[in-house]
Amino acid sequence: MIAPPDDCLARNEWICGAYLSTRSEILTDAVVQHLQLTFVSVALGLVLALPLAVLARRRRWAAGPVLGVTTLLYTIPSLAMFSLLLPVYGLSAALVVAGLVLYSLTLLVRNILAGLRAVPEETRQAARGLGYGPLRLLLAVELPLALPAAMAGLRIATVSAVSLVTIGAIVGHGGLGNLIYSGMNTYFKAQVLTASVLCVLIAAAADLLLLGAQHLLTPWTRGRAA
Amino acid sequence: MNVLADAWSWLTTAAHWSGEDGVWNRLGEHLFLTVVSLAISCAIALPVALVLGHLGKGGALAVNLSNAGRAVPTFAVLVLLLLSPIGSYGDWPTIVALVLFAVPPLLTNAYVGVRGVDADVVRAARGMGMTGRQTLARVELPLAMPLILTGVRIAAVQLVATATVAALAGGGGLGRIITAGFNLASTPQVVAGACLVAVLALLVEGAFEGVQRLANTGGRGSGA
Repeated sequence: MIAPPDDCLARNEWICGAYLSTRSEILTDAVVQHLQLTFVSVALGLVLALPLAVLARRRRWAAGPVLGVTTLLYTIPSLAMFSLLLPVYGLSAALVVAGLVLYSLTLLVRNILAGLRAVPEETRQAARGLGYGPLRLLLAVELPLALPAAMAGLRIATVSAVSLVTIGAIVGHGGLGNLIYSGMNTYFKAQVLTASVLCVLIAAAADLLLLGAQHLLTPWTRGRAA
Repeated sequence: MNVLADAWSWLTTAAHWSGEDGVWNRLGEHLFLTVVSLAISCAIALPVALVLGHLGKGGALAVNLSNAGRAVPTFAVLVLLLLSPIGSYGDWPTIVALVLFAVPPLLTNAYVGVRGVDADVVRAARGMGMTGRQTLARVELPLAMPLILTGVRIAAVQLVATATVAALAGGGGLGRIITAGFNLASTPQVVAGACLVAVLALLVEGAFEGVQRLANTGGRGSGA
């Protein structure tokens, strides 16, 4: 009779090097799926949030409904949000993306709008006095000045999205969440812990990356801090 | 729109509301988990935040805890606790996870609230001979109340959401209706469960907003 292998996988330990080496392919696939879902959702959220925030800034009547609806959406728990989208998207990655877009929309619209509102009236008038049209005013003056607040929103939205992707496991498209879900069902401790830690690492890395991007995009804020 | 009609008929079927898997029982579990966890988190977070805010120490901790909390997936923590030794103690892994996620918003808002009290007011209180404890209880606490209540509201809504996710990790609550719907491949049940959860979350948010509005007008009235 052959004795069962006595390694950390057989003993079902939390930390297990053998897990990393034997399942590296599964882990890589899950990380890639996780990153894709996060990136697509936040990018779509940004594309939708920008015009909404500008509309809410330019047209007074639009601010109430835009903020109201996005806040309402944000209150709906993630599992319920994904479930409500089930009839529309079925068991697909699109369902997870749609849910995450709706969440990041709230955070982004709120922060971009706060940034646009914080642009001093004198600055806007000075730009108008220099002959800036509404579009040029927006692109060359208001948006750059709103950038720090917008980036803060983008960082929160990205970090939240990384953590919410895991709930996508309910429809089989949860990136690392899939590994946590299957690890739970099979009582596989190393898989659950590894996937959880990777999730947190992805969130931290994304946050640092965006912080660096903000640093590069807003050189004028650096002089003041020095 | 067919699905909505089916979800509606699911909701209006009396049999789905009674029994162990029924809506009433799941709603009771959900509210129990939320209320117990909110009470425990307030008991832990508020005294710590008030004292730290009063002393003006630990600000970085109070603020960064919130940011760090956002990066940790609730689902991961629920499953980790389920597989850990406390996993065999019924509702406790769920309650511990819920408390972990409710503490950061409570701590941050209460801390910022106490720190935000006008320094002149605090100095005046001290000048009147109030001790540190009296200043905290009679001056800083009432003035920080709006932000403390904001923290409690955020924590409560977060708890309702996390308690839903707990169903994925075998916990009770309304999320069970959703996960059971997925297991049965019954889209109407999934949508019906999701509607119940969404309505509960919105009701909790609305209720706390009402409490906050009452507390604010009450403060202003007594001040006038």
